[in-house]
Amino acid sequence: MKQDTLYQYILGIADNSLILGQRLGELCGHGPTLETDIAITNISLDLIGQTRSYYQYAAGLCDDGRTEDDIAFLRKEREYRNVLLVEQPNTHFGYVMVRQFFFDVFHLLFLKELQQSSDETLVAIANKAVKEVTYHQRFSSDWVKRLGDGTKESHEKIQEAVDDLWRYTEGLFYVTEVESAAVKDGIGVAVSSLKDAYYEHIKSVLTEATLSVPEHSFFQKGGKDGIHTEHMGYLLSDLQYMQRTFPNMNW
Amino acid sequence: MKNNWPLWEVFVRSKNGLEHRHFGSLHAADAEMALDNARDVYTRRSEGVSIWVVESKNITASNPSENGEMFEPAHDKVYRHPTFYNLPDEVKHM
Repeated sequence: MKQDTLYQYILGIADNSLILGQRLGELCGHGPTLETDIAITNISLDLIGQTRSYYQYAAGLCDDGRTEDDIAFLRKEREYRNVLLVEQPNTHFGYVMVRQFFFDVFHLLFLKELQQSSDETLVAIANKAVKEVTYHQRFSSDWVKRLGDGTKESHEKIQEAVDDLWRYTEGLFYVTEVESAAVKDGIGVAVSSLKDAYYEHIKSVLTEATLSVPEHSFFQKGGKDGIHTEHMGYLLSDLQYMQRTFPNMNW
Repeated sequence: MKNNWPLWEVFVRSKNGLEHRHFGSLHAADAEMALDNARDVYTRRSEGVSIWVVESKNITASNPSENGEMFEPAHDKVYRHPTFYNLPDEVKHM
């Protein structure tokens, strides 16, 4: 497999973790309670830790001296390959948990497949991440059930989040050219094969949470091809502020 | 946001073979959430291998105003401490 294809493939995986980690990081210090604040920040740090492993691997494939920081901070919006779901804003706690839940279920299925990759480094990263993400999924599923089957207000709010974020779920299974090439070489995960298991799992949790599964079949396209929603620019201006204002600054 | 969740006490065993020790307290809606919260609040720097949580209201505590009759009678009974034995020099780490 060409180095550049592998590089692009790794970024496609890592960008989801980076952008979701950044979104969750925005909540640091904002509660809603001390305990959930710390839990969400832990998840954010897990994701950013995973991102670093992927980016370090990717940077090592290039011989131009670029570092993990260059990859994280110095790309343009269209060069980020994350799915649209993870860049959606923290509208309220229901959105934070549904976004997390929708992503965690995918993430865990994905990592379990990545453990079978022929690329040793990706397998090592997946082996470590799978434990973290198993907990993420437990945490977010638990909250979806609590809020769905909680009070009238919590039920309405989380249903609103489910209905709004549903349209971004199918983007998880869109297959890019880079992914097809990676799958062909035994390195990548065929995400489209995860789709049935994904929706089955999602529906069973939503049903248990007494929430209704959205019926509409309009799904927003974009994300993995670099076309993002209007929220992405704001997120990146926060994320990239330091490196853009003080180029090459270090800790 | 007003937090109506009950208070829980958290006990963590730092490694196998040691006893659970009181680590602190936190708020949670039920035991399952208390366990998850305890995991996130108290064991994120690998402090433990096992967690117990118990709702604080289930703990019966001694009353500080009764410390006199509870604890002071023990102060002048030094013979209850095993300090009157002559240890041979060969015995170390006592």
